[in-house]
Amino acid sequence: MKLIIAYIQPEKLTSVKQALYAREVYKVSVTNALGCGQQKGYHETYRGADIEVTLLKKVRLEIAVNDDYVEHTIEGIIEGAKTGRIGDGKIFVMPLDDCIRIRTGEQGNDAIG
Amino acid sequence: MAQKTDTVLQNCHQFNQHLIEINQVTVDIFIDHWGIFWRKIVFTKHKSIFIAIIIMSLLPVFPCVAQETGEPVSAQDAMFTINNTWMLVATFLVFIMHLGFATLETGLTRAKNTVNILFKNTLIVAIGLLTYTLIGFNLMYPGDAWVLGKVLGLAGLGIHTDAAGITSAYNMGYTYWTDFLFQAMFAATAATIVSGAVAERIRLDAFLIFSAIYVSLIYPLVGSWGWGGGWLAGIRFHDFAGSTFVHSVGGWAALAGVIVLGPRLGKYVNGHIKPIMGHNMPLAAIGVFLLWLGWFGFNGGSVLSADPGAVSYVFVTTTLAAAAGILTAMITSWFVQKKPDLSMVLNGCLAGLVGITAGADVVSVGSAILIGGIAGAVVVIAVLTIDKLHLDDPVGALSVHLVCGVWGTLAVGIFSKEFGIWSQLAGIGSAALICFPAAFLIFSLLKRTLGIRVDEEEELRGLDIGEHSMEAYNGFQIFTTQ
Repeated sequence: MKLIIAYIQPEKLTSVKQALYAREVYKVSVTNALGCGQQKGYHETYRGADIEVTLLKKVRLEIAVNDDYVEHTIEGIIEGAKTGRIGDGKIFVMPLDDCIRIRTGEQGNDAIG
Repeated sequence: MAQKTDTVLQNCHQFNQHLIEINQVTVDIFIDHWGIFWRKIVFTKHKSIFIAIIIMSLLPVFPCVAQETGEPVSAQDAMFTINNTWMLVATFLVFIMHLGFATLETGLTRAKNTVNILFKNTLIVAIGLLTYTLIGFNLMYPGDAWVLGKVLGLAGLGIHTDAAGITSAYNMGYTYWTDFLFQAMFAATAATIVSGAVAERIRLDAFLIFSAIYVSLIYPLVGSWGWGGGWLAGIRFHDFAGSTFVHSVGGWAALAGVIVLGPRLGKYVNGHIKPIMGHNMPLAAIGVFLLWLGWFGFNGGSVLSADPGAVSYVFVTTTLAAAAGILTAMITSWFVQKKPDLSMVLNGCLAGLVGITAGADVVSVGSAILIGGIAGAVVVIAVLTIDKLHLDDPVGALSVHLVCGVWGTLAVGIFSKEFGIWSQLAGIGSAALICFPAAFLIFSLLKRTLGIRVDEEEELRGLDIGEHSMEAYNGFQIFTTQ
């Protein structure tokens, strides 16, 4: 079992979801995030004072998958999120010790479903 | 009538006397007890009360309508003052509509563009008022200075008047200055209709240039045909408070803008209509209620005097049309969309108001309810249809102001006995023939020279950052996933 964490551009969320749905990956958690990497920030001003905003808005996806779905999921995310420009994002794959469904108490591969 | 004003005056004078006595007493106490007062002010926690008493004793005496000599005021002058006062109240009520537009547009668009929306709304008031001062008022009301038949006239530039301009010799209902400012508020209202339709993707500089040209030249030109005594007035075209001259003039420009500008990114994908939801329904509701409040001045002030019968009647027809619009919009949206939609109902309220604006003074109460009701149903269908035509209108400005403005003007011909359908159609058609091509031309020229649309990256990041380098909701998490 793996936990896939991906940071993508916010406006790519809809196309990533659609690409994942096409690959039968339906279960995703989405949170707002701020992040910076190679992408340069932008300039804000407020009543005469300047701010260099380097932490840009991103969207963080968390998907728990069985081992055979890892490649599908990564492909789906890349297909939906890639634009070729700096700032497309990153995907992290982490090992998952266990997964439990709260409603039924199922554990392991059954719970990931 | 003369007796009544005499009693009013007597009471006024008596009140003055009492006030003078009170003032005298307060000042005496003040002087005698200066030391005590000073210590009390400095050393007690109740200093604010003492400071207030001192300030109040310095207030000017209650002003009377009379001159200092105590001559009785003529009934005509009293009437003139009452009329003018009502017209000034109506002026600031119409002014409140700008707050209504600002909050409504903010509520129905995305949070990442809020600063831009507010900025446009603030600037339009300024541009509208100042251009009206420079040229609009004289273009719209040429008086005798018609240049081209009864189609074009200009009574000079800038605003100025003689001594008669502030008396009832100018007009029994208002002074020159009241006249100017009341009409100026209307001009700014027409301009702000466009800002909602082109929101979230138009470049700020292009929009401001367009507004300046349109509101200074086109709006007064069309208005002069009717309210300025031009050819439409000659053929008995009736537009009481501006269904055509304000709302559809703004609506045609909005249509031109929407067509030339194109839809927002992500709105029409593969032939499907994607919803781009407003971020603040409370603000949208507040906006509509503020607009309704302003409409009391918009229609009530268009009586151009404080005539009790006319103004109170117009208040009733206006309000009932709004109520009917809300109801039918709810019913229509419930049927068509399966659930009652708040934004449709809010649009329905405005639709009823726009619909009754042309004929609030000449239609019966029942007709007013019918006109508002039909407008409420029409606006829901119009919003859905305009979206199906892939014309992206974030706030429904086209449906409310253009479609219902045309309906309201037409309704005068249908529901009133004095005015016919053909003169109404002439007004609608001529406004369309001038406003739409003119706006289309201005937008197209701006598109070719300056560019009227922000680039894709800016549109996705939000115009607040792109155009203004600031955020509306700093400290809040807003999703920018659309």
